Amino acid sequence: MKRRDFIQQSVAATTLVTLGGFGLQSFNAAPRTKQITILHTNDVHSHIDAFGPEDGRNANLGGVARRASLVERIRKENPNTLLLDAGDIFQGTPYFNYYGGELEFKLMSKLKYDAATIGNHDFDNGIDGLYAQLPHAKFDFISSNYDFKNTVLDTHVKPYKVYHKDGIKIGIFGLGIKLEGLVDKKMYKETVHLDAIETTQEMTRILKTEEHCDLIICLSHMGYYYKNSPNKISDLNLAKSTKDIDLIIGGHTHTFLPKPTVAQNSEGKNVLVNQVGCFGINLGRIDFYFDNDKNKTANGTSIIV
Amino acid sequence: MKFKFLFLLLVLLCFSNCKEEKFTLTKIEGKQIPITDSLELDPTFDAVIKPYRDRLQEDMNLVLSYAPETYSKADGDFNTAIGNLMADIVYEQSKDVFKSRTSNDIDGVLLNHGGIRSIISKGNITTKTAFEIMPFENSIIVVALKGKQIDSMMHYLARAKRAHPIQGFKLSIDKDYNIVKAQVNGKAIDTAKTYYVATNDYLVNGGDNMNFFARNEGEYPLDYKIRNALIDYFKKTDTINPIIDDRFIQIK
Repeated sequence: MKRRDFIQQSVAATTLVTLGGFGLQSFNAAPRTKQITILHTNDVHSHIDAFGPEDGRNANLGGVARRASLVERIRKENPNTLLLDAGDIFQGTPYFNYYGGELEFKLMSKLKYDAATIGNHDFDNGIDGLYAQLPHAKFDFISSNYDFKNTVLDTHVKPYKVYHKDGIKIGIFGLGIKLEGLVDKKMYKETVHLDAIETTQEMTRILKTEEHCDLIICLSHMGYYYKNSPNKISDLNLAKSTKDIDLIIGGHTHTFLPKPTVAQNSEGKNVLVNQVGCFGINLGRIDFYFDNDKNKTANGTSIIV
Repeated sequence: MKFKFLFLLLVLLCFSNCKEEKFTLTKIEGKQIPITDSLELDPTFDAVIKPYRDRLQEDMNLVLSYAPETYSKADGDFNTAIGNLMADIVYEQSKDVFKSRTSNDIDGVLLNHGGIRSIISKGNITTKTAFEIMPFENSIIVVALKGKQIDSMMHYLARAKRAHPIQGFKLSIDKDYNIVKAQVNGKAIDTAKTYYVATNDYLVNGGDNMNFFARNEGEYPLDYKIRNALIDYFKKTDTINPIIDDRFIQIK
């Protein structure tokens, strides 16, 4: 009964919209551009303060309080912004050793991060240590290929999520690295790692055909590329072997790229792969522009990097 | 009936209309913005951080030693100054306690290249430096390995093509990564002998796929964190002087 009510209501609403459209349609093509801004970090590794002036490599770079003012400025410029992190939030400064990740999560929440995926070092105080800090995190944890069913994280991590910005649907899923041999089993306990390619096929199918997303983003902590093990799963290999992903935001390998990489997927379509080094030294920014103007949409998608 | 038809017509019209409203991805722009000191500090963030920071800094700013140069794990192909320093420190800080507990000598040290988490910057070495190099809580374990397992370890190192820090061992490989020479303290590996290798609990438990540690003749945890070994060594060393040497090399 409820469902019928809903259908009738929506038909009525449609009628109004359509009637409204009638009068204007003839001379109002209303070309409009929608802009979605994706901001991202990876492998911040508890670098809350900027590097000091005496640091041998990264002097005066980074720092959460500076990242905050930059993010705020970009959000004012375009409110349709998502802020994402590709994992390894924890471990790397005494802030983590002393406070266990509490401050990292509090600051990311204050920065209004939308989502993060889980890196291998986020297990460094054990899966229980990560769980204990969750009350401080006001953002989503997204991981599609870690099965946490038999762990304390069960139900606290989403396989994917769809975000709505200005009518554009942005589907985000997350991929983690194989933990065996990298993280002590007593840390990750009964977490099961699933195949990244198979998981991606499932996620992109759901996000594309069931959720009808306009944009699909993969948050990956698998690493950019391993030149000594070229067949090992990595962001570049993932991009090549799958389809329907628009952007892979990577982490783990602490890769500084001179600019985002444009890779080709299994259908020959472009996929952007980006990673911004580590320690909060950089903020990645990818802007997606959507148009309803046929003159523009007919020309395909141009990529400026 | 008439109404129903009208509805249907309107719905159809709507769909064609909606189709025109469809937004298509036309342009992507990507860039990276460095977080430099030209960006202002958001004071509301700094206020949250301050009490956490003040407590930490009391401990962290103690000067322990001095570095005459900047040392990075990227400087060197198969052995690095910073890696050699870490392996040497683990040996130096463990040998006496291991000897007094077991009356055996440590034959060598193996750590992992990935475990060096930061550079040592030229200038004062503080408690903070030790935390940056070794943020993890890993402890030193001495593992008893038969010569055969030492042989597996050497093959692992040759295949890994990385500057995993070692001490006490000597390894030369050719351009195809085949072992030319593998020694323990200047002598060829005796497959029947038991050797005592100091490493950390992460690697003993299979970290970095160092599976040769699993088949051991005994594990001796020293209950001594790697980071504390670094701090104790820095405290008694006025100026560090690590160098790249010939402990692990490739002959081209």
